[in-house]
Parts: sequence; structure tokens; C-alpha cells
Amino acid sequence: MLRFILARLLVSIPTLFIIVALTFFMMRLAPGGPFDRERALPPEIEANLRATYHLDEPLVVQFCRYVGRLLHGDFGPSFKYPDRSVTELIAAGAPVSFRLGIVAMALALGIGITLGLAAAWRQNSWLDHSAMALSMTGIAVPNFVLAPLLALAFGIWLHWLPVQGWEGFSSTVLPTLALCFPYIAAIARLTRGSALEILSSDFIRTARAKGLPERTVLIRHALKPTLMPVLSFLGPATAGIITGSVVIENIFQVPGLGRYFIQGGLNRDYTLVLGVVLFYGVLIILLNLAVDLAYGLLDPRLRTRR
Amino acid sequence: MSDIVLAAAAPGRSLWQDAWRRLKRNRAAMAGLVILAVVALLAILAPLLSRYAFDAVDFDAISVPPDAAHWFGTDDLGRDLFARTLYGGRISLLVGLVATVVSLLLGVSYGAVSGYVGGAVDSLMMRLVEILYSVPFIFLVILLMVLFERSILLIFVAIGAVEWLDMARIVRGQAMELKRREFVEAARSMGVEGWTMIRRHIIPNTLGPVVVYATLTVPRVILIESFLSFLGLGVQEPMTSWGVLISDGARLMETQPWMLIFPASFLAATLFAFNFLGDGLRDALDPRDR
Repeated sequence: MLRFILARLLVSIPTLFIIVALTFFMMRLAPGGPFDRERALPPEIEANLRATYHLDEPLVVQFCRYVGRLLHGDFGPSFKYPDRSVTELIAAGAPVSFRLGIVAMALALGIGITLGLAAAWRQNSWLDHSAMALSMTGIAVPNFVLAPLLALAFGIWLHWLPVQGWEGFSSTVLPTLALCFPYIAAIARLTRGSALEILSSDFIRTARAKGLPERTVLIRHALKPTLMPVLSFLGPATAGIITGSVVIENIFQVPGLGRYFIQGGLNRDYTLVLGVVLFYGVLIILLNLAVDLAYGLLDPRLRTRR
Repeated sequence: MSDIVLAAAAPGRSLWQDAWRRLKRNRAAMAGLVILAVVALLAILAPLLSRYAFDAVDFDAISVPPDAAHWFGTDDLGRDLFARTLYGGRISLLVGLVATVVSLLLGVSYGAVSGYVGGAVDSLMMRLVEILYSVPFIFLVILLMVLFERSILLIFVAIGAVEWLDMARIVRGQAMELKRREFVEAARSMGVEGWTMIRRHIIPNTLGPVVVYATLTVPRVILIESFLSFLGLGVQEPMTSWGVLISDGARLMETQPWMLIFPASFLAATLFAFNFLGDGLRDALDPRDR
């Protein structure tokens, strides 16, 4: 187990290096720089600024310097907010994004699995049909369409909820709902399909034949294998929720990482963008590792194979 | 594809004929096919169908709700929304198809080589895919769009480059299975080898899963394009796509909800249709699974 974790973490080093290198060179090859303003700066000041941030050195030297600093856990200073380091900016945005993402994920799992199980349990009932209709809607209506529609209905027409900002519980409702809805749909569909397959399999028939109560059959025997496909969907789903939150944060003006990312890119704030991308990269790698470990917990066959 | 069907017409039925018969019985998939045909026709015939140019500004008809003259209403610059939705559909569908083809070309050849050659080459190539998998590509795509001058070409390349990884994995699995089959053995004994073998014997036989997967890739690509355009990073004015229109509509939805509703319905219908068709094709081409 420990060896498996270590091996995986070792593999993630080249991944992170690729992320840093790709982002770094892409950003530097792009036209424009962090000191482009409406009014051009006097050349001496600009030269001084560039020297302060080592932008006058060859690219490769800059790259090595950046990586060296990263190894010390330092993301460097932000170009756009000179008095704040990138670490501080990430620390300010991350909790907001985390809260949004985690609540959305929990809702997606909770509601999605319940709906899927209920639909499979009463196959072809009205419950099944409406759950599946809902889940098709989730596939066809992406969150950036759903978000404005929700804001229109609940914010502007009904005046129930605020459509902007991130203060108090009421302002978190719409962003969270818009973010998790497509995943509720996908998870419900996955769970239903898998549950139908499991419920018609031999070992469930055996369990029933032994005279076990239906509740024991469902919870002790059917639940675990039913959740396997959901688990393998967790990796892509997390990545999707993280990406989705970039859009959702921009629509609802939530002060999270996603907004920093887009703003940083538009402002050519090199270090901020690198920092955010790297942060997301580490997060996705760790979460994927967690999913793989959970796999082993649910399916003992996979434990020995590794 | 059609000549494969013809060749096998006399004795028995080919895989594709069989699949087509099964597909025809699947009502959801056929509905998807019809919707796609309608949307595609509307997009292709856009210049004939709409009386207005998609970028023609009419100051006498600003923000008009849907009526007889402007079927879908007009936007805040007085541009006809029916024309813009159809032209936007052209771009969205085009991006979906071209980027999928890019990912097909890359993924199929990469996967076929990796699976067919096997051994150290295979594990090296697959290790690379694994590493690339954990790169949050969508952020790099966003970055690419933020940093460089946005062009349609860049969108094709960027999205295609993201989507090829799954295709490579699927084709590799198929190729590994295929290379142990007798017909490959037979071909080898007749002196076929290397790239010719991959091109003539391996790739054509992976077509089933590839077609299914490609059908499911198109809506994903359309979604990514809309997502980028929604953020203002994709297709640029005066050109338009469903993502751009939805973004405009979302901005003005309080006073002009039709600007959001029409393009959003077109996008939703297309995504529906592709997903239904893809699911149907999977059932039709791989009956063992069900």
C-alpha cells in the first residue's frame, strides 16, 4: 500500500514538471507582458521593473530560477498585486473555491446515488422515468447555460436569492446548484445502470435464495459493487467540478481561484497563473490517487493485483 | 464504409448492416439522427434560409422580440437572431467535427502503433499518455486562448490535442487484441509488416469502437468550444457560435430572454442528439455488452 502511494507520487513529479514547463513557456511565448498599460512607461522605469523581476534574463535562466523557488515552496510575487505574494492570493481564493467544490460534490454524490438507486429499485415506474428525464437534461444543459437560467428564475423574477457575490448562505445556493446539477445527472444515470446490472446478477439471486431479508440483500450485497462505476467517475467528475467552478465563479462573481486564474491570464500575471495551474495540478493528482486507493477498499480483488 | 457494405451484401450481412438494423430499432438514437440532420441542414442552408446577414446591424430593429420579420427576435445591435443562431451552429458543428477528426487522427495512430508494437515502446508510449492525463489540460487550453490571438485554428488544435488521449487508449486495447488474431498472422506470413499492417489490417478493425467514441466526442468538443466562447475566449466577434450567443443572452436575459433561450435550445438539442446517437451506436455495434 505504502509502496503504491510512493510510486504514484514519484510518477507525479514528471507530470508536475510538464505542467510547469508547458505553462511557463506558453506564457512567455505569448505576445504582451505584465507591464503593458494604456500609457507606456518611461523606458528606464520599465527596464528597472523588468530587472527587479528578472525578466531581462534569458528564458531558460528564468525558468530554472522559478523552478528553484518552487522547490522551496515559494510561488513568487504577483505582478499585478505587487504587495502580495501568489501564495497569499491562492490562500485567499482557495477556501472559497474549496467550499463551493466540496459542497457541490457532496450534493452530486448524495442526490445522484439516491436518485439512481431509487430509479433502479422501481424500474419503469414514474420515479424511474422522471429521474432519467432529469438526468438527460443534465447532460444536454451545461452549467454555463443552467447558471444564467437559475439566476433569471430565482434571482431576477422571484427575488428569492442573490445572483452575485459570496456573502452569507443565501448567496452560495445558486452557484452550488448550478455547479453540481450536471454531476447529479451523470451520477444518477451511472448508478441506475450499474444497479440494474448488479441486481440481476447471480450472487444477488443466491443471496435472495438464501432467504436474506431484502434490506440486507440491497445494503450488504448490492450496494458496494453498484458504487464501483461511480467511484471511477469521481476522477473525471472532480476535474470537471474544478473546471466548472472557473465558469461559475465568473458568472456569479465569486472571489475564488477561478476568477484569479482568468484575471491573471488576461493581465499577463505570469506567476499568479503558474501558481494557480500548478495548484490545480497537484490537487487533481492527489484526488486521483485518493480515488485509486478507495478503489482498493471497495474491491479487494484490485488490492492484490497492484 | 459503403463499399464494405456492398462487398458483403450477397452472402449474410456485414457488421455494418447488422448494426444499422439494430440502430433503426432504437427510437432514441433515430430521433437523435433526425435532430442532427435537421440542425445540420439548417446550418448548411443558413444563407438561403435567413433573410438577413448574421452580422448586419439594423438600428431600426434593436432588441425586437420574436415576430414575423425576425423569427427569433434581434439582439441589442439589431442583428437577426435566427440568422445568428444558424451561423453560430455552423461554427459550433464545424469545431465539433474538425476537432474530433484531429483527435481521431492523433489518437488512432498513436494507439494503434502502441498496441501493435507492444513491449517497451508500448509501455513508454502509455506512460506518456498517463502523465498527460493528469495534466489539467483545460486550464492550458484556457491559457492558450487568453494569451494568444484567438483564431478558429487554435481552437481546433487545442481541443483536438486534449481529446486524443482517450481515443489512444481505446485503440491501443483493440490493437493488442487484434494482433493475436489469425488474420494478422496470415497477413504477416504473406510479408505484410510495420506501418502497412497497422494501416491495412489493424486500424480498419478498430473502426467500431472508434465510431462510437467519436460520436460521443463531438458533443464534448462542442461543449468545450461553447465553454471557451462563453468565457469570451473562443470564437471572436463578428463571427459567432452558440457559446458566444449564450454568453450574450446571459448578459441581457433580464430584458431579452429570447436571446438566451433560442441558442441554448439549439445547443441542448444537439448535445441530446449526439449522446442518444452515441449510446445507440454503442448498443448496435457491440451487442455482446448488453
